[in-house]
Amino acid sequence: MAESNRTSLSPSVIAIYAVLIVAALYFLAPLYVMVVTSFKSLGQVQSGGLFAWPDPFTIKPWLAAWGSACTGDSCSGLKPYFLNSMAFTVPAVLLSTGFGAINGYLLTQWRFRGSEVIFGLLLFGMIVPYQMFLLPMADTLGTLGLSNSIVGLIVVHTIYGIAVTTLFCRNFFVTVPNELAKSARVDGAGFFSIFWHIALPLAVPILMVCMIWQFTQIWNDFLFGVVFTSGASHPITVALNNLVNTSSTGVKHYNVDMAAAMIAALPTFIVYIVAGRYFVRGLTAGAVKG
Amino acid sequence: MATGQIPKERKQSRFELAAWSDWLLPKLTLIPSLIAVGVFIYGFLGWTIWLSFTNSTILPSNHFAGLIQYEAMFSLDTWHVSLLNLLIFGALYIGVSLGLGLLLAILLDQKIRAVGLLRTIYLYPMALSMVVTGVVWKWMLNPSMGVQHVVRSWGWGSFSFDWLIQPDMAIYAVAVAAVWQASGFVMTLFLAGLRNIDDSIIKAAQLDGASLPRAYLKIIIPSLQPVLFSAVALLVQLSIKSFALIMAMTGGGPGYSTWMPAIFMYEYGFNRGQIALGAAAASLMMLVIAVVILPMWISEFRQKRNARNG
Repeated sequence: MAESNRTSLSPSVIAIYAVLIVAALYFLAPLYVMVVTSFKSLGQVQSGGLFAWPDPFTIKPWLAAWGSACTGDSCSGLKPYFLNSMAFTVPAVLLSTGFGAINGYLLTQWRFRGSEVIFGLLLFGMIVPYQMFLLPMADTLGTLGLSNSIVGLIVVHTIYGIAVTTLFCRNFFVTVPNELAKSARVDGAGFFSIFWHIALPLAVPILMVCMIWQFTQIWNDFLFGVVFTSGASHPITVALNNLVNTSSTGVKHYNVDMAAAMIAALPTFIVYIVAGRYFVRGLTAGAVKG
Repeated sequence: MATGQIPKERKQSRFELAAWSDWLLPKLTLIPSLIAVGVFIYGFLGWTIWLSFTNSTILPSNHFAGLIQYEAMFSLDTWHVSLLNLLIFGALYIGVSLGLGLLLAILLDQKIRAVGLLRTIYLYPMALSMVVTGVVWKWMLNPSMGVQHVVRSWGWGSFSFDWLIQPDMAIYAVAVAAVWQASGFVMTLFLAGLRNIDDSIIKAAQLDGASLPRAYLKIIIPSLQPVLFSAVALLVQLSIKSFALIMAMTGGGPGYSTWMPAIFMYEYGFNRGQIALGAAAASLMMLVIAVVILPMWISEFRQKRNARNG
Protein backbone atom coordinates (compact mmCIF):
# COMPACT_ATOMS: atom_id res chain seq x y z
CA MET A 1 0.00 0.00 0.00
CA ALA A 2 2.85 2.37 0.71
CA GLU A 3 4.17 4.57 -2.05
CA SER A 4 7.76 3.70 -1.24
CA ASN A 5 9.58 1.38 -3.57
CA ARG A 6 10.72 -1.97 -2.17
CA THR A 7 14.38 -1.25 -2.74
CA SER A 8 14.68 2.39 -1.66
CA LEU A 9 15.80 2.73 1.94
CA SER A 10 14.12 5.92 3.04
CA PRO A 11 14.24 6.81 6.75
CA SER A 12 10.63 5.75 7.20
CA VAL A 13 11.32 2.32 5.72
CA ILE A 14 14.31 1.91 8.03
CA ALA A 15 12.12 2.90 10.97
CA ILE A 16 9.50 0.33 9.97
CA TYR A 17 12.10 -2.42 9.76
CA ALA A 18 13.56 -1.36 13.10
CA VAL A 19 10.18 -1.67 14.83
CA LEU A 20 9.44 -5.00 13.16
CA ILE A 21 12.83 -6.44 14.11
CA VAL A 22 12.57 -5.29 17.72
CA ALA A 23 9.12 -6.90 17.85
CA ALA A 24 10.55 -10.10 16.38
CA LEU A 25 13.22 -10.16 19.11
CA TYR A 26 10.54 -9.70 21.77
CA PHE A 27 8.58 -12.64 20.40
CA LEU A 28 11.65 -14.83 19.95
CA ALA A 29 13.36 -14.10 23.29
CA PRO A 30 11.35 -16.62 25.37
CA LEU A 31 11.86 -19.33 22.77
CA TYR A 32 15.57 -18.62 22.66
CA VAL A 33 15.84 -18.65 26.45
CA MET A 34 13.86 -21.87 26.63
CA VAL A 35 16.10 -23.60 24.08
CA VAL A 36 19.47 -22.47 25.45
CA THR A 37 18.49 -23.13 29.06
CA SER A 38 17.37 -26.65 28.20
CA PHE A 39 20.90 -27.48 27.00
CA LYS A 40 22.78 -25.90 29.91
CA SER A 41 24.27 -27.65 32.90
CA LEU A 42 22.69 -26.78 36.23
CA GLY A 43 25.93 -25.06 37.26
CA GLN A 44 25.76 -22.69 34.32
CA VAL A 45 22.07 -21.98 34.93
CA GLN A 46 22.78 -21.04 38.54
CA SER A 47 25.73 -18.84 37.64
CA GLY A 48 23.35 -16.60 35.72
CA GLY A 49 23.32 -15.34 32.18
CA LEU A 50 19.78 -15.90 30.95
CA PHE A 51 20.78 -15.36 27.34
CA ALA A 52 24.21 -17.04 27.48
CA TRP A 53 25.02 -19.87 25.07
CA PRO A 54 25.19 -23.36 26.66
CA ASP A 55 28.73 -24.15 27.80
CA PRO A 56 29.14 -27.06 28.20
CA PHE A 57 26.38 -28.16 25.87
CA THR A 58 24.44 -31.06 27.40
CA ILE A 59 21.33 -33.05 26.57
CA LYS A 60 21.03 -34.37 30.13
CA PRO A 61 18.15 -31.99 31.01
CA TRP A 62 16.17 -33.40 28.08
CA LEU A 63 16.83 -36.98 29.16
CA ALA A 64 15.80 -36.12 32.70
CA ALA A 65 12.67 -34.29 31.59
CA TRP A 66 11.66 -37.20 29.40
CA GLY A 67 12.53 -40.11 31.65
CA SER A 68 13.28 -39.34 35.29
CA ALA A 69 12.10 -35.93 36.48
CA CYS A 70 9.56 -35.89 39.29
CA THR A 71 6.01 -34.66 38.77
CA GLY A 72 4.33 -34.62 42.14
CA ASP A 73 4.90 -38.07 43.67
CA SER A 74 6.11 -40.05 40.67
CA CYS A 75 9.52 -39.71 39.09
CA SER A 76 8.99 -41.11 35.64
CA GLY A 77 9.60 -37.97 33.61
CA LEU A 78 7.12 -36.70 31.07
CA LYS A 79 7.13 -39.79 28.87
CA PRO A 80 3.98 -41.50 30.23
CA TYR A 81 2.05 -38.22 30.18
CA PHE A 82 3.21 -37.45 26.64
CA LEU A 83 1.83 -40.84 25.62
CA ASN A 84 -1.40 -40.13 27.53
CA SER A 85 -1.85 -36.89 25.63
CA MET A 86 -1.25 -38.64 22.31
CA ALA A 87 -3.69 -41.39 23.29
CA PHE A 88 -6.62 -39.03 23.78
CA THR A 89 -5.65 -36.20 21.40
CA VAL A 90 -5.48 -38.28 18.21
CA PRO A 91 -8.87 -40.01 18.56
CA ALA A 92 -10.57 -36.83 19.80
CA VAL A 93 -9.20 -34.84 16.86
CA LEU A 94 -10.37 -37.45 14.34
CA LEU A 95 -13.78 -37.91 15.94
CA SER A 96 -14.59 -34.22 16.36
CA THR A 97 -13.41 -33.48 12.82
CA GLY A 98 -15.55 -36.32 11.49
CA PHE A 99 -18.64 -35.03 13.27
CA GLY A 100 -17.91 -31.51 12.07
CA ALA A 101 -17.53 -32.67 8.47
CA ILE A 102 -20.82 -34.51 8.32
CA ASN A 103 -22.69 -31.82 10.25
CA GLY A 104 -21.34 -29.08 8.01
CA TYR A 105 -22.29 -31.12 4.95
CA LEU A 106 -25.84 -31.85 6.02
CA LEU A 107 -26.53 -28.37 7.41
CA THR A 108 -25.72 -26.81 4.03
CA GLN A 109 -26.32 -29.41 1.32
CA TRP A 110 -29.41 -31.02 2.90
CA ARG A 111 -31.05 -28.07 4.56
CA PHE A 112 -34.33 -28.69 6.27
CA ARG A 113 -36.70 -26.72 8.41
CA GLY A 114 -34.84 -25.81 11.56
CA SER A 115 -31.31 -26.41 10.32
CA GLU A 116 -30.42 -22.72 10.66
CA VAL A 117 -31.76 -22.71 14.21
CA ILE A 118 -29.57 -25.69 15.05
CA PHE A 119 -26.58 -23.87 13.66
CA GLY A 120 -27.43 -20.77 15.73
CA LEU A 121 -27.66 -22.88 18.88
CA LEU A 122 -24.23 -24.31 18.12
CA LEU A 123 -22.75 -20.84 17.68
CA PHE A 124 -24.14 -19.63 20.97
CA GLY A 125 -22.88 -22.76 22.68
CA MET A 126 -19.36 -21.80 21.65
CA ILE A 127 -19.24 -18.73 23.87
CA VAL A 128 -20.20 -20.64 27.02
CA PRO A 129 -17.08 -20.77 29.21
CA TYR A 130 -15.88 -24.30 29.95
CA GLN A 131 -16.22 -23.52 33.64
CA MET A 132 -19.97 -23.95 33.18
CA PHE A 133 -19.44 -27.61 32.23
CA LEU A 134 -16.91 -28.71 34.81
CA LEU A 135 -19.10 -29.62 37.78
CA PRO A 136 -21.85 -31.47 35.84
CA MET A 137 -19.24 -33.19 33.68
CA ALA A 138 -17.25 -34.38 36.69
CA ASP A 139 -20.49 -35.84 38.06
CA THR A 140 -21.48 -37.40 34.72
CA LEU A 141 -18.06 -38.94 34.09
CA GLY A 142 -18.18 -40.39 37.59
CA THR A 143 -21.61 -41.91 36.96
CA LEU A 144 -20.45 -43.36 33.65
CA GLY A 145 -17.29 -44.77 35.24
CA LEU A 146 -15.13 -42.64 32.96
CA SER A 147 -13.48 -40.41 35.55
CA ASN A 148 -9.76 -40.41 35.41
CA SER A 149 -9.56 -42.22 32.08
CA ILE A 150 -8.28 -41.63 28.60
CA VAL A 151 -11.72 -42.57 27.24
CA GLY A 152 -13.31 -39.89 29.41
CA LEU A 153 -11.01 -37.25 27.97
CA ILE A 154 -11.71 -38.46 24.42
CA VAL A 155 -15.44 -38.07 25.09
CA VAL A 156 -15.07 -34.61 26.63
CA HIS A 157 -12.79 -33.21 23.93
CA THR A 158 -14.88 -34.70 21.13
CA ILE A 159 -18.12 -33.24 22.48
CA TYR A 160 -16.73 -29.77 23.04
CA GLY A 161 -14.95 -29.83 19.69
CA ILE A 162 -18.07 -30.53 17.64
CA ALA A 163 -19.29 -26.92 17.72
CA VAL A 164 -16.12 -25.43 16.28
CA THR A 165 -15.53 -28.15 13.67
CA THR A 166 -19.17 -27.88 12.56
CA LEU A 167 -18.72 -24.12 12.25
CA PHE A 168 -15.58 -24.48 10.11
CA CYS A 169 -17.09 -27.15 7.85
CA ARG A 170 -20.46 -25.43 7.58
CA ASN A 171 -18.75 -22.20 6.49
CA PHE A 172 -16.85 -24.20 3.90
CA PHE A 173 -19.76 -26.23 2.53
CA VAL A 174 -21.99 -23.18 2.28
CA THR A 175 -19.70 -22.01 -0.54
CA VAL A 176 -20.13 -25.29 -2.44
CA PRO A 177 -22.99 -25.06 -4.96
CA ASN A 178 -25.94 -27.32 -4.20
CA GLU A 179 -26.06 -28.39 -7.86
CA LEU A 180 -23.22 -30.78 -7.21
CA ALA A 181 -25.17 -32.83 -4.71
CA LYS A 182 -28.38 -32.42 -6.69
CA SER A 183 -27.00 -33.88 -9.89
CA ALA A 184 -25.42 -36.74 -7.95
CA ARG A 185 -28.82 -37.41 -6.44
CA VAL A 186 -30.44 -37.56 -9.85
CA ASP A 187 -27.83 -40.15 -10.75
CA GLY A 188 -29.04 -42.20 -7.80
CA ALA A 189 -26.35 -41.41 -5.22
CA GLY A 190 -27.58 -41.29 -1.63
CA PHE A 191 -26.80 -39.14 1.37
CA PHE A 192 -23.74 -41.06 2.53
CA SER A 193 -22.30 -41.87 -0.88
CA ILE A 194 -22.41 -38.20 -1.87
CA PHE A 195 -20.75 -37.33 1.44
CA TRP A 196 -18.07 -39.95 1.01
CA HIS A 197 -17.33 -39.63 -2.70
CA ILE A 198 -18.01 -35.95 -3.42
CA ALA A 199 -18.17 -33.82 -0.30
CA LEU A 200 -15.24 -35.22 1.68
CA PRO A 201 -12.68 -35.07 -1.15
CA LEU A 202 -13.73 -31.47 -1.80
CA ALA A 203 -13.38 -30.61 1.86
CA VAL A 204 -9.81 -31.79 2.39
CA PRO A 205 -8.41 -28.27 2.95
CA ILE A 206 -11.00 -27.39 5.58
CA LEU A 207 -10.55 -30.79 7.22
CA MET A 208 -6.86 -29.94 7.55
CA VAL A 209 -7.82 -26.67 9.22
CA CYS A 210 -10.14 -28.52 11.62
CA MET A 211 -7.56 -31.11 12.52
CA ILE A 212 -4.77 -28.60 13.12
CA TRP A 213 -7.06 -26.38 15.16
CA GLN A 214 -8.37 -29.28 17.19
CA PHE A 215 -4.94 -30.80 17.69
CA THR A 216 -3.63 -27.52 19.05
CA GLN A 217 -6.63 -26.98 21.32
CA ILE A 218 -6.79 -30.51 22.69
CA TRP A 219 -3.06 -31.06 23.11
CA ASN A 220 -2.73 -27.70 24.89
CA ASP A 221 -5.77 -28.12 27.13
CA PHE A 222 -5.06 -27.86 30.82
CA LEU A 223 -8.46 -27.24 32.43
CA PHE A 224 -10.20 -30.51 31.50
CA GLY A 225 -7.02 -32.43 32.22
CA VAL A 226 -6.55 -31.03 35.70
CA VAL A 227 -10.22 -31.41 36.66
CA PHE A 228 -11.07 -34.81 35.19
CA THR A 229 -7.87 -36.79 35.72
CA SER A 230 -5.41 -37.49 38.49
CA GLY A 231 -2.01 -39.09 38.90
CA ALA A 232 -0.99 -41.46 36.15
CA SER A 233 -3.74 -40.40 33.74
CA HIS A 234 -2.76 -36.71 33.64
CA PRO A 235 -2.17 -35.16 30.24
CA ILE A 236 1.23 -33.61 29.54
CA THR A 237 0.17 -30.04 30.30
CA VAL A 238 -0.81 -30.98 33.85
CA ALA A 239 2.33 -33.07 34.29
CA LEU A 240 4.48 -30.16 33.09
CA ASN A 241 2.79 -27.84 35.58
CA ASN A 242 3.37 -30.35 38.37
CA LEU A 243 6.97 -30.85 37.35
CA VAL A 244 7.70 -27.13 37.39
CA ASN A 245 5.53 -25.96 40.25
CA THR A 246 5.28 -28.70 42.84
CA SER A 247 8.76 -30.12 43.14
CA SER A 248 9.15 -30.05 46.87
CA THR A 249 12.67 -30.17 48.17
CA GLY A 250 16.21 -29.62 47.06
CA VAL A 251 17.67 -27.74 44.16
CA LYS A 252 15.39 -26.39 41.44
CA HIS A 253 16.43 -27.77 38.07
CA TYR A 254 15.49 -24.91 35.77
CA ASN A 255 17.23 -26.53 32.81
CA VAL A 256 15.05 -29.63 33.22
CA ASP A 257 11.98 -27.38 33.53
CA MET A 258 12.81 -25.74 30.21
CA ALA A 259 13.47 -29.06 28.49
CA ALA A 260 10.12 -30.29 29.83
CA ALA A 261 8.38 -27.19 28.48
CA MET A 262 10.02 -27.83 25.09
CA ILE A 263 8.83 -31.43 25.10
CA ALA A 264 5.27 -30.35 25.90
CA ALA A 265 5.40 -27.68 23.20
CA LEU A 266 7.05 -29.69 20.42
CA PRO A 267 4.03 -31.44 18.87
CA THR A 268 1.99 -28.28 18.32
CA PHE A 269 5.12 -26.35 17.41
CA ILE A 270 5.96 -28.86 14.68
CA VAL A 271 2.38 -28.72 13.40
CA TYR A 272 2.64 -24.94 13.33
CA ILE A 273 5.92 -24.96 11.40
CA VAL A 274 4.82 -27.65 8.92
CA ALA A 275 1.23 -26.52 8.39
CA GLY A 276 1.36 -22.89 9.49
CA ARG A 277 -0.71 -21.74 6.52
CA TYR A 278 -3.63 -23.91 7.64
CA PHE A 279 -3.10 -22.92 11.25
CA VAL A 280 -3.52 -19.26 10.31
CA ARG A 281 -6.61 -20.08 8.30
CA GLY A 282 -8.09 -21.91 11.27
CA LEU A 283 -7.31 -19.05 13.62
CA THR A 284 -8.87 -16.44 11.39
CA ALA A 285 -11.86 -18.63 10.55
CA GLY A 286 -12.35 -19.44 14.23
CA ALA A 287 -12.27 -15.78 15.14
CA VAL A 288 -14.77 -14.61 12.57
CA LYS A 289 -17.67 -16.10 14.44
CA GLY A 290 -16.09 -17.46 17.60
CA MET B 1 -36.85 -23.36 0.18
CA ALA B 2 -35.23 -25.99 2.29
CA THR B 3 -37.73 -28.77 1.87
CA GLY B 4 -37.88 -28.19 -1.87
CA GLN B 5 -34.61 -30.04 -2.29
CA ILE B 6 -36.13 -33.35 -1.35
CA PRO B 7 -36.93 -35.21 -4.55
CA LYS B 8 -40.52 -36.04 -3.60
CA GLU B 9 -41.70 -35.73 -7.14
CA ARG B 10 -40.13 -38.99 -8.23
CA LYS B 11 -42.89 -41.51 -8.85
CA GLN B 12 -40.97 -44.65 -9.72
CA SER B 13 -41.28 -47.05 -6.81
CA ARG B 14 -37.63 -48.06 -6.80
CA PHE B 15 -36.76 -44.43 -6.12
CA GLU B 16 -39.23 -44.04 -3.30
CA LEU B 17 -37.09 -45.82 -0.76
CA ALA B 18 -34.10 -43.72 -1.78
CA ALA B 19 -36.11 -40.52 -1.53
CA TRP B 20 -37.40 -41.50 1.89
CA SER B 21 -33.92 -42.31 3.16
CA ASP B 22 -32.56 -39.08 1.71
CA TRP B 23 -35.16 -37.24 3.72
CA LEU B 24 -34.56 -39.17 6.91
CA LEU B 25 -30.81 -39.81 6.90
CA PRO B 26 -29.61 -36.21 7.33
CA LYS B 27 -31.80 -35.84 10.41
CA LEU B 28 -30.74 -39.17 11.88
CA THR B 29 -27.11 -38.32 11.31
CA LEU B 30 -27.50 -35.07 13.17
CA ILE B 31 -28.96 -36.73 16.24
CA PRO B 32 -25.69 -37.65 18.02
CA SER B 33 -24.45 -34.09 17.72
CA LEU B 34 -27.79 -32.70 18.81
CA ILE B 35 -27.79 -34.91 21.88
CA ALA B 36 -24.19 -33.96 22.64
CA VAL B 37 -24.87 -30.24 22.32
CA GLY B 38 -28.28 -30.40 23.99
CA VAL B 39 -27.08 -32.34 27.01
CA PHE B 40 -23.45 -31.36 27.38
CA ILE B 41 -23.70 -27.67 26.51
CA TYR B 42 -27.25 -26.52 27.23
CA GLY B 43 -28.11 -29.18 29.79
CA PHE B 44 -24.92 -28.59 31.73
CA LEU B 45 -25.39 -24.83 31.44
CA GLY B 46 -28.76 -25.20 33.17
CA TRP B 47 -27.36 -27.71 35.65
CA THR B 48 -24.57 -25.36 36.74
CA ILE B 49 -26.97 -22.44 37.08
CA TRP B 50 -29.26 -24.64 39.15
CA LEU B 51 -26.34 -25.73 41.36
CA SER B 52 -25.53 -22.10 42.03
CA PHE B 53 -28.95 -21.71 43.67
CA THR B 54 -28.54 -24.75 45.94
CA ASN B 55 -26.63 -25.32 49.16
CA SER B 56 -24.34 -27.99 47.64
CA THR B 57 -21.02 -28.43 49.37
CA ILE B 58 -18.82 -31.46 48.65
CA LEU B 59 -21.71 -33.33 47.04
CA PRO B 60 -24.34 -31.75 44.84
CA SER B 61 -27.63 -31.19 46.60
CA ASN B 62 -30.97 -30.32 45.09
CA HIS B 63 -32.14 -28.13 47.91
CA PHE B 64 -33.06 -24.70 46.57
CA ALA B 65 -31.35 -22.07 48.65
CA GLY B 66 -31.98 -18.86 46.75
CA LEU B 67 -29.18 -16.38 46.39
CA ILE B 68 -27.12 -17.38 49.42
CA GLN B 69 -24.15 -18.47 47.30
CA TYR B 70 -24.03 -15.18 45.45
CA GLU B 71 -24.28 -13.30 48.75
CA ALA B 72 -21.54 -15.46 50.24
CA MET B 73 -19.37 -14.93 47.20
CA PHE B 74 -19.61 -11.16 47.31
CA SER B 75 -18.66 -11.21 50.96
CA LEU B 76 -15.39 -13.00 50.18
CA ASP B 77 -12.20 -11.03 49.72
CA THR B 78 -10.95 -13.69 47.29
CA TRP B 79 -13.86 -12.89 44.97
CA HIS B 80 -13.23 -9.14 45.11
CA VAL B 81 -9.55 -9.70 44.36
CA SER B 82 -10.55 -12.01 41.50
CA LEU B 83 -12.84 -9.40 39.99
CA LEU B 84 -10.37 -6.57 40.37
CA ASN B 85 -7.66 -8.72 38.79
CA LEU B 86 -9.96 -9.58 35.92
CA LEU B 87 -10.53 -5.87 35.31
CA ILE B 88 -6.82 -5.00 35.41
CA PHE B 89 -5.76 -8.04 33.43
CA GLY B 90 -8.60 -7.76 30.91
CA ALA B 91 -8.01 -4.08 30.22
CA LEU B 92 -4.27 -4.58 29.71
CA TYR B 93 -4.57 -7.83 27.82
CA ILE B 94 -7.22 -6.58 25.43
CA GLY B 95 -5.87 -3.04 25.07
CA VAL B 96 -2.21 -3.88 24.56
CA SER B 97 -2.86 -6.91 22.34
CA LEU B 98 -5.12 -4.84 20.09
CA GLY B 99 -2.68 -1.91 19.95
CA LEU B 100 0.40 -4.00 19.33
CA GLY B 101 -1.43 -6.28 16.92
CA LEU B 102 -2.77 -3.38 14.86
CA LEU B 103 0.59 -1.60 14.80
CA LEU B 104 2.43 -4.72 13.61
CA ALA B 105 -0.26 -5.48 11.02
CA ILE B 106 -0.07 -1.97 9.55
CA LEU B 107 3.73 -2.08 9.43
CA LEU B 108 3.72 -5.53 7.83
CA ASP B 109 1.28 -4.23 5.23
CA GLN B 110 3.82 -1.67 3.92
CA LYS B 111 5.30 -3.81 1.11
CA ILE B 112 7.88 -5.21 3.49
CA ARG B 113 10.28 -8.02 2.71
CA ALA B 114 10.05 -11.27 4.64
CA VAL B 115 6.43 -10.73 5.68
CA GLY B 116 5.95 -14.49 5.85
CA LEU B 117 8.91 -15.00 8.18
CA LEU B 118 7.94 -12.12 10.48
CA ARG B 119 4.34 -13.26 10.64
CA THR B 120 5.51 -16.76 11.52
CA ILE B 121 7.65 -15.36 14.33
CA TYR B 122 4.90 -13.14 15.73
CA LEU B 123 2.29 -15.86 15.66
CA TYR B 124 4.12 -18.90 16.99
CA PRO B 125 3.29 -18.24 20.69
CA MET B 126 -0.33 -18.97 19.81
CA ALA B 127 0.65 -22.57 19.01
CA LEU B 128 2.05 -23.03 22.53
CA SER B 129 -0.07 -24.03 25.46
CA MET B 130 -0.75 -21.51 28.22
CA VAL B 131 1.12 -23.81 30.59
CA VAL B 132 4.27 -23.64 28.45
CA THR B 133 3.84 -19.87 28.13
CA GLY B 134 3.46 -19.57 31.89
CA VAL B 135 6.47 -21.76 32.60
CA VAL B 136 8.73 -19.85 30.23
CA TRP B 137 7.68 -16.41 31.46
CA LYS B 138 7.95 -17.50 35.05
CA TRP B 139 11.57 -18.29 34.26
CA MET B 140 12.15 -15.04 32.34
CA LEU B 141 10.63 -12.96 35.15
CA ASN B 142 12.31 -14.86 37.98
CA PRO B 143 14.02 -11.97 39.84
CA SER B 144 17.15 -13.84 40.85
CA MET B 145 17.95 -15.36 37.44
CA GLY B 146 15.74 -13.76 34.83
CA VAL B 147 15.60 -10.39 33.14
CA GLN B 148 16.24 -8.43 36.35
CA HIS B 149 19.45 -10.39 36.97
CA VAL B 150 20.60 -9.91 33.37
CA VAL B 151 20.07 -6.15 33.38
CA ARG B 152 21.84 -5.85 36.73
CA SER B 153 24.78 -7.84 35.38
CA TRP B 154 25.02 -5.29 32.57
CA GLY B 155 25.88 -2.71 35.23
CA TRP B 156 22.49 -1.22 36.14
CA GLY B 157 22.71 -2.43 39.73
CA SER B 158 19.48 -0.90 40.99
CA PHE B 159 17.31 -2.21 38.15
CA SER B 160 14.24 -3.87 39.55
CA PHE B 161 11.76 -6.11 37.76
CA ASP B 162 10.37 -8.43 40.39
CA TRP B 163 6.65 -8.11 39.65
CA LEU B 164 6.16 -11.86 39.82
CA ILE B 165 6.83 -11.96 43.58
CA GLN B 166 5.14 -8.66 44.50
CA PRO B 167 1.50 -9.28 45.50
CA ASP B 168 0.27 -6.01 44.04
CA MET B 169 2.29 -6.35 40.81
CA ALA B 170 2.09 -10.07 40.00
CA ILE B 171 -1.09 -9.71 37.93
CA TYR B 172 0.82 -7.33 35.63
CA ALA B 173 3.49 -9.97 35.14
CA VAL B 174 0.77 -12.41 34.11
CA ALA B 175 -0.56 -9.81 31.67
CA VAL B 176 2.91 -9.45 30.10
CA ALA B 177 2.95 -13.15 29.28
CA ALA B 178 -0.66 -13.15 28.08
CA VAL B 179 -0.05 -10.23 25.73
CA TRP B 180 3.01 -12.02 24.34
CA GLN B 181 0.87 -15.07 23.64
CA ALA B 182 -2.05 -13.29 21.93
CA SER B 183 -0.81 -10.20 20.11
CA GLY B 184 0.60 -12.10 17.14
CA PHE B 185 -2.80 -13.66 16.69
CA VAL B 186 -4.52 -10.26 16.80
CA MET B 187 -1.93 -9.06 14.27
CA THR B 188 -2.89 -11.95 11.98
CA LEU B 189 -6.56 -11.00 12.15
CA PHE B 190 -5.86 -7.35 11.37
CA LEU B 191 -3.46 -8.25 8.56
CA ALA B 192 -6.11 -10.45 6.97
CA GLY B 193 -8.56 -7.55 7.28
CA LEU B 194 -6.09 -5.10 5.73
CA ARG B 195 -5.45 -7.44 2.82
CA ASN B 196 -9.19 -7.48 2.13
CA ILE B 197 -9.35 -3.72 1.70
CA ASP B 198 -9.44 -2.60 -1.89
CA ASP B 199 -6.21 -0.79 -2.82
CA SER B 200 -8.13 1.61 -5.02
CA ILE B 201 -9.85 3.15 -1.99
CA ILE B 202 -6.50 4.15 -0.57
CA LYS B 203 -5.22 5.38 -3.91
CA ALA B 204 -8.35 7.52 -4.29
CA ALA B 205 -7.81 8.97 -0.81
CA GLN B 206 -4.23 9.79 -1.65
CA LEU B 207 -5.25 11.41 -4.93
CA ASP B 208 -7.55 13.61 -2.86
CA GLY B 209 -4.49 14.75 -0.98
CA ALA B 210 -4.68 12.59 2.14
CA SER B 211 -1.33 11.53 3.56
CA LEU B 212 -0.78 7.85 4.26
CA PRO B 213 -1.21 8.12 8.06
CA ARG B 214 -4.36 10.16 7.49
CA ALA B 215 -5.70 7.60 5.03
CA TYR B 216 -5.15 4.95 7.70
CA LEU B 217 -6.84 6.95 10.44
CA LYS B 218 -9.83 8.08 8.39
CA ILE B 219 -10.48 5.20 6.02
CA ILE B 220 -8.53 2.04 6.63
CA ILE B 221 -8.76 1.58 10.39
CA PRO B 222 -12.53 2.36 10.51
CA SER B 223 -13.13 -0.27 7.84
CA LEU B 224 -11.49 -2.86 10.09
CA GLN B 225 -14.39 -2.66 12.51
CA PRO B 226 -15.69 -6.22 11.91
CA VAL B 227 -12.20 -7.60 12.56
CA LEU B 228 -11.97 -5.47 15.68
CA PHE B 229 -15.27 -6.92 16.92
CA SER B 230 -14.08 -10.48 16.37
CA ALA B 231 -10.80 -9.79 18.11
CA VAL B 232 -12.44 -8.08 21.09
CA ALA B 233 -15.06 -10.82 21.43
CA LEU B 234 -12.33 -13.43 21.47
CA LEU B 235 -10.02 -11.57 23.84
CA VAL B 236 -12.89 -10.92 26.26
CA GLN B 237 -13.63 -14.63 26.37
CA LEU B 238 -9.99 -15.58 26.72
CA SER B 239 -9.42 -13.13 29.57
CA ILE B 240 -12.47 -14.27 31.50
CA LYS B 241 -11.49 -17.92 31.04
CA SER B 242 -7.82 -17.35 31.96
CA PHE B 243 -6.76 -20.25 34.09
CA ALA B 244 -3.81 -22.30 32.89
CA LEU B 245 -1.50 -19.31 32.48
CA ILE B 246 -2.05 -18.20 36.09
CA MET B 247 -1.76 -21.73 37.44
CA ALA B 248 1.57 -22.18 35.67
CA MET B 249 3.02 -18.74 36.40
CA THR B 250 1.92 -17.94 39.93
CA GLY B 251 -0.47 -20.68 41.06
CA GLY B 252 -2.73 -17.79 42.03
CA GLY B 253 -0.12 -16.34 44.38
CA PRO B 254 1.61 -14.73 46.10
CA GLY B 255 -1.18 -15.58 48.52
CA TYR B 256 -4.30 -15.19 46.41
CA SER B 257 -3.13 -11.96 44.79
CA THR B 258 -3.40 -13.26 41.20
CA TRP B 259 -6.71 -15.05 41.51
CA MET B 260 -9.20 -14.52 38.74
CA PRO B 261 -12.79 -15.83 38.51
CA ALA B 262 -11.67 -19.03 36.75
CA ILE B 263 -9.22 -19.77 39.58
CA PHE B 264 -11.90 -18.91 42.15
CA MET B 265 -14.30 -21.31 40.47
CA TYR B 266 -11.73 -24.13 40.43
CA GLU B 267 -10.56 -23.55 44.00
CA TYR B 268 -14.02 -23.51 45.58
CA GLY B 269 -15.67 -26.00 43.23
CA PHE B 270 -12.99 -28.67 43.32
CA ASN B 271 -10.45 -28.03 46.08
CA ARG B 272 -12.52 -26.59 48.90
CA GLY B 273 -15.70 -28.63 48.56
CA GLN B 274 -17.95 -25.64 47.83
CA ILE B 275 -19.64 -26.84 44.66
CA ALA B 276 -22.49 -24.33 44.76
CA LEU B 277 -20.09 -21.44 45.27
CA GLY B 278 -18.01 -22.62 42.32
CA ALA B 279 -21.18 -22.88 40.24
CA ALA B 280 -22.15 -19.33 41.20
CA ALA B 281 -18.75 -18.04 40.07
CA ALA B 282 -19.04 -19.93 36.77
CA SER B 283 -22.55 -18.58 36.21
CA LEU B 284 -21.35 -15.02 36.67
CA MET B 285 -18.51 -15.65 34.19
CA MET B 286 -21.13 -16.86 31.73
CA LEU B 287 -23.27 -13.81 32.37
CA VAL B 288 -20.41 -11.37 31.77
CA ILE B 289 -19.46 -13.09 28.51
CA ALA B 290 -23.05 -13.10 27.29
CA VAL B 291 -23.60 -9.45 28.22
CA VAL B 292 -20.44 -8.35 26.40
CA ILE B 293 -20.68 -10.55 23.33
CA LEU B 294 -24.37 -10.81 22.47
CA PRO B 295 -24.81 -7.07 21.73
CA MET B 296 -21.74 -7.24 19.48
CA TRP B 297 -23.17 -10.19 17.59
CA ILE B 298 -26.53 -8.50 17.21
CA SER B 299 -25.07 -5.25 15.92
CA GLU B 300 -22.82 -7.12 13.52
CA PHE B 301 -25.77 -9.16 12.31
CA ARG B 302 -27.83 -6.00 11.80
CA GLN B 303 -25.02 -4.37 9.84
CA LYS B 304 -24.71 -7.39 7.59
CA ARG B 305 -28.44 -7.46 7.00
CA ASN B 306 -28.50 -3.74 6.24
CA ALA B 307 -25.60 -4.13 3.85
CA ARG B 308 -27.48 -6.89 2.06
CA ASN B 309 -30.73 -4.97 1.88
CA GLY B 310 -29.24 -1.58 1.11
